[in-house]
Amino acid sequence: MAAASTENAMRSSGFARVLIYLILILFALFYLLPFGIMLINSLKPLSEITGGNMIALPRDWTIAPWLSAWSTAQIGVEPTGLRPYFINSIVMAVPAVLLSTIVGALNGYVLTKWHFRGATIIFGLLLFSCFIPFQIVLIPMARILGILDIAGTTPGLILVHFVYGIGFTTLYFRNYYAAFPTELVRAAQIDGAGFFQIFWRIMLPSSGPIIAVSFIWQFTNIWNDFLFGASFASGGGAPMTVALNNLVNSSTGVREYNVHFAGAIMAAAPTLLVYIVAGRYFVRGLMAGSVKG
Amino acid sequence: MAATTDTGVDFRTRLQTWLPKLVLSPSLAVMLIFVYGFIAFTIYLSFTDSRMLPSYNWVGWDNYERLFRVREWNIALTNLAIFASLYIIICTLIGLTLAILLDQKIRGEGVLRPIFLYPMALSFIVTGTAWKWMLDPAIGLENTMNLWGWESFTFNWIKDREMAIYTIVIAAVWQSSGFVMAMFLAGLRGIDNEILKAAQMDGASNFQMYRRIILPQLRPAFLSAFVILSHLAIKSYDLVIALTGGGPGNATALPATFMYSYTFTRNQMGIGAASAVIMLMTIAAIMVPYLYAELREKK
Repeated sequence: MAAASTENAMRSSGFARVLIYLILILFALFYLLPFGIMLINSLKPLSEITGGNMIALPRDWTIAPWLSAWSTAQIGVEPTGLRPYFINSIVMAVPAVLLSTIVGALNGYVLTKWHFRGATIIFGLLLFSCFIPFQIVLIPMARILGILDIAGTTPGLILVHFVYGIGFTTLYFRNYYAAFPTELVRAAQIDGAGFFQIFWRIMLPSSGPIIAVSFIWQFTNIWNDFLFGASFASGGGAPMTVALNNLVNSSTGVREYNVHFAGAIMAAAPTLLVYIVAGRYFVRGLMAGSVKG
Repeated sequence: MAATTDTGVDFRTRLQTWLPKLVLSPSLAVMLIFVYGFIAFTIYLSFTDSRMLPSYNWVGWDNYERLFRVREWNIALTNLAIFASLYIIICTLIGLTLAILLDQKIRGEGVLRPIFLYPMALSFIVTGTAWKWMLDPAIGLENTMNLWGWESFTFNWIKDREMAIYTIVIAAVWQSSGFVMAMFLAGLRGIDNEILKAAQMDGASNFQMYRRIILPQLRPAFLSAFVILSHLAIKSYDLVIALTGGGPGNATALPATFMYSYTFTRNQMGIGAASAVIMLMTIAAIMVPYLYAELREKK
């Protein structure tokens, strides 16, 4: 990447530079504080939260809220903690991510390397499906899941996330493969390589980065989904986000804020971890969904 | 299958020509059913008297007429207008400002950029949980300021019917503005250095360069930001549920929360479907021209 675009242009004065740093640091605090304060307060006993200052460090450090959120907190009617729901989310996200990525890769390959009439229209239809408000499919989806007898189950949610993930994954792979030299594909064809051979031997080995983008973006979206989870999964089958919302917004009993915070951080941990480890691909995924690839 | 070489080869070549379409067709079928078929079904339901379960009794435009007479729907539309415009404007301003500042050869850019962007990796439910409490006057910001000795400080928007919608704006801006920053930064980094150097030699000031050269070149980034943010705003559901639950009363209802509650808890499926159709049309009005232009451009 080239150096800053304004390389020589900005010979700003010392004062201006101090101001710039000051603004940037203030914004960094703005982004860090809500999560940081949540983290601090998840390690306090409840009395220190209700009776004290939210920015103060804990006087009595405790991990009791974390243990409670994980294994004993009341979620809905059962005192199971968030653990079973965390597992639900993993069991839901992993197959949905894998399936939608495989299908997206094949679609992208077909759409870019095997030209046929109507390919642009098909892509346009797939692309638009990425941006529909999901409210428009909730009612018929509930019916279909009922008919298939997988309403309220994790397999049902896998199906939903797979189906509505295809659009995005196809978009990623199509844009990526569009830049892949078609001559290589044609040469392999002349050498007698078949459709799947070319995909397996030529396209896939160079698809590492876009597979990472697809995995990360799909995982983040599916893990963070609330609408489908709240609509199609009930009780013990609910994903993590729904369970967290139940925990935080349950109206009975004392509000155990520290437990809520520990739970919220647990719900955030997998996607945050992915972001920290592979932030570069995360940003690319965000961009691919907005700016042309 | 390749018993006799002649028909075998023939079969193989034919299979090879059909294979790409064969591979694409399941996705196409799934999409036609689960996206476009479902859209058609919901549109159909919006013209029926469906209540708790779908009914196929045609009632014409009744649901739409009733929808726009429901007070809560009008509140939701007003809220969406307030929320979407503030959300888009503030995210764009913050995103652009941060991108321009980060582009000044800043030391520590590698640390700051991920900090600005990480909220985008969080679920709206997590964001809502964090902000719900920050904004709660009894234990959050207000309480802390009071404890620090600023006793007249009040910040109780989240409990205030008039102001609650603005708390949704705050939390949503917190979550998305870093993303807008990343889009603008990518745009800034893509600008040709030569033009800037030339302009500088002609004696252009920094301000002039931004106004006349850099900002106009960021047009695609502005457009993308607008499209993505408005799309996110119209779909907003989770954040409202986690932050205010649509309350106090229904002061922070949005079309997405309205649709859900009318369809699934109030058993007014016809009206719920009609509201979903309005949401789809609004998004389509923004997305279709944009996607069309993008696809055309690529050819």
